[in-house]
Amino acid sequence: MGKVIVVTSGKGGVGKTTSSAALGAALARNGEKVVVVDFDVGLRNLDLIMGAERRVVYDLINVIQGEAKLAQALIRDKRLETLYLLPASQTRDKDNLTAEGVETVIAALKQSFDWVICDSPAGIERGATLAMRHADVAIVVTNPEVSSVRDSDRIIGLLDSKTLMAEQGERMEKHLLLTRYDPARAERGDMLKVDDVLEILSIPLLGIVPESMDVLRASNVGSPVTLSDERSAPAIAYFDAARRLRGELLPVTIPGEKRGFFGKLFGRKAA
Amino acid sequence: MKLLRFFSRPQSAPAARERLQVLLAHERVAVGDSDLLTKLRDEILRAISKHMQIDDERVTIRMERGAQVSTLAVDIEIPFDKDKKAA
Ligand SMILES: Nc1ncnc2c1ncn2[C@@H]1O[C@H](COP(=O)(O)OP(=O)(O)OP(=O)(O)O)[C@@H](O)[C@H]1O
Ligand SMILES: [Mg+2]
Repeated sequence: MGKVIVVTSGKGGVGKTTSSAALGAALARNGEKVVVVDFDVGLRNLDLIMGAERRVVYDLINVIQGEAKLAQALIRDKRLETLYLLPASQTRDKDNLTAEGVETVIAALKQSFDWVICDSPAGIERGATLAMRHADVAIVVTNPEVSSVRDSDRIIGLLDSKTLMAEQGERMEKHLLLTRYDPARAERGDMLKVDDVLEILSIPLLGIVPESMDVLRASNVGSPVTLSDERSAPAIAYFDAARRLRGELLPVTIPGEKRGFFGKLFGRKAA
Repeated sequence: MKLLRFFSRPQSAPAARERLQVLLAHERVAVGDSDLLTKLRDEILRAISKHMQIDDERVTIRMERGAQVSTLAVDIEIPFDKDKKAA
């Protein structure tokens, strides 16, 4: 039975889609079967970031509406044969995304994949709540900036109340992925510190992804950054995050600083 | 200067431009839900379903939208039943 991960944030444009693709590819590189599901109905972009935009045959809504079988809607990555994409619909209305439909699709995906990664849309509406609903694990993508941290806090509240796990009285495993971290601005003291963000949100740190041109280049050529440029700083950060998702204990390094972050990370009791 | 360019990686923006042009050209001509490729897909499947049960294990559909040419591949595995006469 596979693990379902939701990549969420509340705030838009913080790096959810970039992270979903990069982590999906990093996990699939190990031979594990991964599917990345785009929940952004009407504004799909995961297909473009993964370079599969010309090969979309069916989408999530087609499957939910019974117009296509799940197997027919899955697109296999051209580079990694254990990596798949389930695209969102570009033309259909969000209302077609039903709770029962999503439940059936996720249940079926869990049967045949090791990891089901749900790329959430921004906001706290239907698309976002359905993307998180069946998750076992949540990755909260946050930028070191006030409005992003505030929205992440809001999302953490929803993860603890509006998900199936929460309703069953269980506590969802939540991880913070700090993205677009700029060492130069951190150095000048104009950016929230990693420690500050961790203290405010009090969920364990999965990784810190630096702000990087490599992410832009990867999106230009349509490849997850972990495949296009695996030695780049953001790719290394995503590979390490993927290892932590698998349960490995690895120290987190703050970009631009030499010391590891091991003690602090695991010393703090996660809420 | 030349050496510098030799070592620097190729620009990625031209790839982005080309991908967007092809994608948007296809998205713009789509009326509502369907472009020509989608219509053909659906009509071919409808034709097939008159003769056999369409089973996701047996029917594979691939599409590739290109700048000049698009391709649509419908791969059907047709079980042979020697006891059954053609409908
Ligand atoms: N580490 C990074 N360095 C530089 N740019 C980045 C980084 N991460 C993301 N970006 C850029 O930020 C923008 C938004 O990223 P992305 O689409 O992944 O965010 P999102 O959270 O999925 O957005 P939305 O809420 O609209 O779905 C993109 O242009 C992307 O290239
Ligand atoms: Mg996105």
